[in-house]
Amino acid sequence: MKKSLLDRKEIDRTLTRMSHEIIEKNKGVEDLCLVGIQRGGVYLAERLAKKIKDSEGADVPVGSLDISFYRDDIRIRLPAVSRTEIPFSVDGKKIILVDDVFFTGRSIRAALDAIMDLGRPDLIQLAVLVDRGHRELPIRADYAGKNIPTSRDERVDVLLEEDGHEDSVVLLSAGEAGNGR
Amino acid sequence: MDDNSRKKHLLGMKELSREEIMHLLNLATSFKDVLRRDIKKVPTLRGRTVVNLFFEPSTRTRTSFELAAKRLSTDVINFSAPSSSILKGESLLDTALTVEALGADIIIIRHSSSGVPHMLARHLKASVINAGDGTNEHPTQALLDAFTIIEKKQETSGLRVAIIGDIIHSRVAKSNIYCLKKLGADVRLIGPATLLPSCWKEMGVEVFTDMDEGLKGVDVVMMLRLQLERQGKAFFPSTEEYFRQWGLSKRRLLSAKPDAIVMHPGPMNRGIEIASDVADGNNSVILEQVTNGLAVRMAVMYHLEEKKEL
Repeated sequence: MKKSLLDRKEIDRTLTRMSHEIIEKNKGVEDLCLVGIQRGGVYLAERLAKKIKDSEGADVPVGSLDISFYRDDIRIRLPAVSRTEIPFSVDGKKIILVDDVFFTGRSIRAALDAIMDLGRPDLIQLAVLVDRGHRELPIRADYAGKNIPTSRDERVDVLLEEDGHEDSVVLLSAGEAGNGR
Repeated sequence: MDDNSRKKHLLGMKELSREEIMHLLNLATSFKDVLRRDIKKVPTLRGRTVVNLFFEPSTRTRTSFELAAKRLSTDVINFSAPSSSILKGESLLDTALTVEALGADIIIIRHSSSGVPHMLARHLKASVINAGDGTNEHPTQALLDAFTIIEKKQETSGLRVAIIGDIIHSRVAKSNIYCLKKLGADVRLIGPATLLPSCWKEMGVEVFTDMDEGLKGVDVVMMLRLQLERQGKAFFPSTEEYFRQWGLSKRRLLSAKPDAIVMHPGPMNRGIEIASDVADGNNSVILEQVTNGLAVRMAVMYHLEEKKEL
C-alpha cells in the first residue's frame, strides 16, 4: 500500500521552516554552505539555498556529494556513482549536509568521511527532509523536516520535480518496498 | 567459460559490451576527481588485497596498478618474476594459487604468453585483471585511451582514429581496435605490410601502408612502440628507414586534422616511431594518458569488487 505523507505544499512549507532554522541557529549565513548528498539531497540543498537567499538576500554556495566510494560495503546496491562537485574550499566553513531520508545513519557516516577528505570545515550540521528512525549509528539531525515513524521493512520515497515527479513523500508498505531504504 | 566467471574478471576488450565500457569510463571520471584532490585516496576497498603478478618487465603499468590499488586503500603486493624464467603452465598456476591462498582478492597478471589470464581465471576464485598477455590484449590500456579520447573529443562515435606502427605484435592495438569499434569510431591501421595483421578485414578496419595517405583527416593519431624485443626477424630495413616511412614527424602530422591528438602507450622510442618535438608538442596527450591510466584502473578494480556477490 502506498501512503502519501507530504504533498507539494507541505514539502515547500517544511523547507521554508528548515531554512529559517538554519539561519537562526547559525546567526546568519556567514561562512555557511550547503552540501547535498546525491541525488535527492542535492535538489533539496538547492531549494534551501534559494529560500535562504529569499529571506537573507545572500547567496549560499551549494555543492553535491557522492558517497559511493565511502560506503561501508560496496556490494550493497546503490544508485549509479555520480560526481562530487564542491566548487569551493570546505576549510573553515559551516557545512549544512542535506539528505532526503534519514534512516540508519550509514550514509551520513560515509558523507562525513567524504567531507573530511576534502578539507577541514569548522562545523558540519545535518538537515534532512524526513527522519524515519531506525538509527544504527550515534548520529542525529540538527534540522528534521518531518519525523515519520516507520517499520524497518517499509520504504520512504522522496519524489521531486527535478527528477521528473510531482513533489511528494510517500510511504511504501513492506510488500512494495523491495530491498528497503 | 561461463558468464558468471567472466564477469568478475577483466580479460580483454573482446569480452566487454559497449555498456560495460561506458560504465567503466563514467566511473573513471569520478575517480579522476579524487585524484585531483589533496587527499588522493578513498577508503572504498579497505581490507582487500591486490597482487601484481608480473612475468614480463614493466615499470609503468605495474606502478600504475600499484598506485591505483593504493588509492583505493587496498594492500598491494608485487610479485615480479624475471622474464628469463619462463614458467611452465603448471608452476605458473601454482604461483597464482599460492598468491590466492595468501588472501588475494584481485590478481593482476602480465605474461608473455597469450591466454595466461584466461587460464588463471578458470582456476582462481580471485578476480583476474589482464595487464597484458603476449600479443593478445591489454584491456586497461584501451580503456585509458578511450577515456583520454572522450576527454579531448567529447565522443568516439564517427571519430577517425589511426593506429600506427607495429600492429601485429601489439596487444595495445588489438584491445584498442575492439574497444574503439564498440564505441563507434572509424579505425584505420597504418604501417609496413610486414607489421600489419592479415585478418584486418574481419576486424572492420581500414589499412594503409602509406602514412601520409592514412593520416588524412584523422582526429586521433595513436602511435605504437616498435617492439624490437618481439621481432625475431627483420620486418623493415633499419630504424632510420622506419622513421622515414612510418615515424611521426611534425611535417607528417600536418596531414591529420589541426586539432588531432597524438597518443602513445609508452615507453617511447624517440626518433624511431615518434619525433621528440611531436611527443612533447601541443597535440600530444601522452602524459595525460598516464594520469588517466590511474583513474581507469581504479574504476576497473572498484567495478570488479562491486560485482562480487554478498
